[in-house]
Amino acid sequence: MIKALRFALVAFGRDVRSGELAVLFGALVVAVAALTAVGFFTSRVSQAIRAQAGEVLAGDLRLESGRSPSPRYEAEARSRGLAVAHLTSFPSVVYAGDVSQLATVFGADAAYPLRGQLKIAAVPYGSAHPVSGIPAPGEAWADSRLLARLAVPVGGRLRLGALSVRVTAVLDYRPDQGTGLADLAPTILINGADLARSELLGPGSRATWSLLYAGPPAAVDAYAAWLRTQKSAAERLTDAGESSEQMKSATERSGRFLNLAALVTVLLAAVAVAMAARRYASRRLDLVALLKSLGASQRFVLGTTLTELVLVGLCGAVAGTVLGFGAESGLAWLVRGLLKTELPPPSLLPAWLGLGTAATMLVGFALPPLLQLRRVPPARVLRHDLAPPPLRWGLPYLAAAGALAALLYALVRDPRLVGYAVGGLFASALVLGAAGTLLVRVTRSVRGGAGIAWRYGLANVARRGRESVVQIVAFGLSLTVLLLLALVRNDLIDEWQRSLPPGAPNHFLINIPPADAGPLAEFLTGHGVAAPVLAPWVRARLVAVNGVPMQARMPRSDRGRAFAEREQNLSWAEALPPDNRVVEGAWWQHPDPAQPQVSVATEFQEELGLKVGDRLGFDVAGESIVATVANVRKVRWDGFRPNFFLLFAPGVLDASTGTFMTSVHLDAAQRPALAELVRRFPSVTVIDVAALLGEVRRIMDRAAVAVEYVFGFTLVAGLAVLFAAIQSTRDERRYESAILRTLGASRRTVLYGVAAEFTALGLLSGVLAASAASAIGWLIASRLFGLHYAFDWTVWLGGLLAGALIVGVAGTFATRRVVQSSPMRSLRDA
Amino acid sequence: MQVLESRHVAKEVSSPEGTLTIVADVSFAVERGQSLAIVGPSGSGKSTLLAILAGLDLPTRGTVLLNGTELTALDEDGRARLRAGHVGFVFQSFHLVPSLTALENVLLPLELAGTDGAPARAREALDRVGLDARRRHYPRQLSGGEQQRVAIARAFVARPDLLFADEPTGNLDSATGARIAELLFEFNRELGTTLVLVTHEQTLARRCRRVLSLDAGRVVADVAGGA
Repeated sequence: MIKALRFALVAFGRDVRSGELAVLFGALVVAVAALTAVGFFTSRVSQAIRAQAGEVLAGDLRLESGRSPSPRYEAEARSRGLAVAHLTSFPSVVYAGDVSQLATVFGADAAYPLRGQLKIAAVPYGSAHPVSGIPAPGEAWADSRLLARLAVPVGGRLRLGALSVRVTAVLDYRPDQGTGLADLAPTILINGADLARSELLGPGSRATWSLLYAGPPAAVDAYAAWLRTQKSAAERLTDAGESSEQMKSATERSGRFLNLAALVTVLLAAVAVAMAARRYASRRLDLVALLKSLGASQRFVLGTTLTELVLVGLCGAVAGTVLGFGAESGLAWLVRGLLKTELPPPSLLPAWLGLGTAATMLVGFALPPLLQLRRVPPARVLRHDLAPPPLRWGLPYLAAAGALAALLYALVRDPRLVGYAVGGLFASALVLGAAGTLLVRVTRSVRGGAGIAWRYGLANVARRGRESVVQIVAFGLSLTVLLLLALVRNDLIDEWQRSLPPGAPNHFLINIPPADAGPLAEFLTGHGVAAPVLAPWVRARLVAVNGVPMQARMPRSDRGRAFAEREQNLSWAEALPPDNRVVEGAWWQHPDPAQPQVSVATEFQEELGLKVGDRLGFDVAGESIVATVANVRKVRWDGFRPNFFLLFAPGVLDASTGTFMTSVHLDAAQRPALAELVRRFPSVTVIDVAALLGEVRRIMDRAAVAVEYVFGFTLVAGLAVLFAAIQSTRDERRYESAILRTLGASRRTVLYGVAAEFTALGLLSGVLAASAASAIGWLIASRLFGLHYAFDWTVWLGGLLAGALIVGVAGTFATRRVVQSSPMRSLRDA
Repeated sequence: MQVLESRHVAKEVSSPEGTLTIVADVSFAVERGQSLAIVGPSGSGKSTLLAILAGLDLPTRGTVLLNGTELTALDEDGRARLRAGHVGFVFQSFHLVPSLTALENVLLPLELAGTDGAPARAREALDRVGLDARRRHYPRQLSGGEQQRVAIARAFVARPDLLFADEPTGNLDSATGARIAELLFEFNRELGTTLVLVTHEQTLARRCRRVLSLDAGRVVADVAGGA
């Protein structure tokens, strides 16, 4: 074994020097670098995004309770190094002299908010600025609506129970003000120390005590796990991941883009590794036969092969990880400012990940052809046509693809994404293989009329048959990815950003009485706002599913409980609203009001375990309605338009006393009109989501840059496959060109022939790649990202041109040395 | 004393046209230190017989004994072990490892056999073929004749009992070929290495003590050479 080790070390050094391992090593480095960079980056960013998403909770974790929570909770959290803040909220009537208004009072301690910042303004609906800290005892920050309704200026006094406070600022934004369309009253924030003095928190008060926690993700997760075992069912625990539908939707998508890029990179690199290993193995056949004739045992051959493979793997993993670290820093720099929190420090995890990737790829894709070397007949030294028994590619590669899929799953934890990426690439390879075989056959019959270079080139494509098909598959895959990248960059990201155009709604108006609907629309259009689309809005409680009362089938999760226990916002619609997509069942065509139907959003359906056909019982203002689930909708919450977990078919709720809601876009100049709106339509509640909208848009913009950067790796992986495919026939080409030149062909003729062959292969692969890219693009857009996808004929043109140019030029360029080398030497080396 | 014996060796392969006989019932023995040429027209089965005699391939029927060991009863590794200690090769197309220097190529069999003092012996062997000065050169920097001399040094460096040569002068001009043949026979004489060579060339065949003629896989003549 020592002999084998020594020999392997020498051979490895030699192969490195001679460039034999370049493609294999390069493909491995690209895969490891992409995976470590993206894997590590996404985990860091998702941690940071989680912290940022925590803004919506004003902490990483939030416990809400109808009673003052046990002091044990806080003690435990502090012992685990978590920061804790207290927030108490309750509805109360606020007085300004004799004028009163129902408001929600928030009493906070100095630590509030743990994530995000409060924003205050000097005048109602004025421009706001972030602020640290909370109002001092005896002071209050009230929102514009409250001040407008009470007609109190900043500096005026308000009375809350026994407490008198002076308004020192307009409260513009609380990180945890949320966008849930609960019956939002105007808000006022006071110092927690004043709560007792207000004497409003006596027995029977409808207060909510919130404990906010923040800290390192692992500590928060561990504490959340502990708290879940301790808290009572009535206490509701929310983490940042489930806080805001809009934020979650945006970050999930950016994470998916990044993961998709990493997945495709790794899969492509695996193809490159497989191709490079195949060539490396085929180039070692003669050496192995010679070693065997000189007395080397199979064990020796196996030992040297494995040792070299381990060395390649180790060096590839180290180089890839180092590159990955560097790339990750670049990525972090690119998205600087995206995250308000500092990125967590790097850990050793990506190094292990790199090693795991390298090992899986080498064992899965490089080992099978290299293991075949063991079976090289030693008589090959005398008869060059003797080769090891053909490798049964199917099983080992299938196993390898499985192992790789498992590794990728462990990384991204998104079975659908992994399924689409692995399945898509596999299906593309199959289709490319089948179509390639067909096209190669066609070339046999079309080459008659062409000039000598084309005849020679096309003859080569046809003659090399199997190799040509393998090359078409490889070129096709890399071109598919290159075209997809162009599509993704130009279409998907644009489309995604278009889903949130500059004029996206930034204010929700809710609680619009039917009588106010017309005048309100007039008021808005009078202030230059586009005519709003009013959605009917009814509050109702879900009481039973299939006749079983909710108390008897209470969901386990807090979110599910909230769905089951709290009043829900219902609406109705005749047509499927924009931003909604039916994923199960069908949208109603001519619904019969006597047979009530309801459409549920996926979140609602999943939490409550519903299916199409279930009968949901609702209590709508005392009236009982049973509706059948007609379909399940996937809602894009980041569109900032009124959307509902529950939508009824028209005619069912029309009679219920409801209100309307709408969303409008108001620019800075139009905002002051809100003060008048609130005065003229006192029952209408205005919710400002401009800040949240800005956050979501910022995430999108930065994430788009990050995605393009990561796709750079995919591009390199695609080029690695291209290069590996070109290399795969290099030796054969060298021999052929030597023969042709010996027979009198000029270098130019041979080079034109090679160019013709690669251009033909490129054209064939380009056509196939354009089809594959369009199909995958459509699939990714519609299935994974829920975006509209328009077929683009320029992809076909791009495919043809890119195929002919990239493959033609790169192939010719890469083989030009082969053509130029002395025929004498080529023939002697053959 | 016999160093190599072929007993009723036959090699058949299946082809679309049916079973094809490449070597048919070949029996002969070679004494230690002897030189034997296997001659015959193209396709007569010379190279296949050489592969079987050297344990590179297995016969369909019959046995081969090398130094008294039944080669055909061993598995591939067993045959490789036997070759490592007792057999050397010289090929028509030299088969030098292109990424190794001349010296490293000569070192190969010694390293595989785990021989002590390998570098010194390899240099000695290279010196013996007149190429010590070119020891750091790669095969592509050497002429065909020089490459074959390196191959001969590699074949003899482990002092094998038997040397198989497959058309050793086939790729060389006559003058260079003659020098190479001279080297082979020198080693045969000096080290007592048994020489079994396959050749087309009558002049080379005649230098062997014995000439075995094959036609269509059968021995058609077994005569004394001119040596």
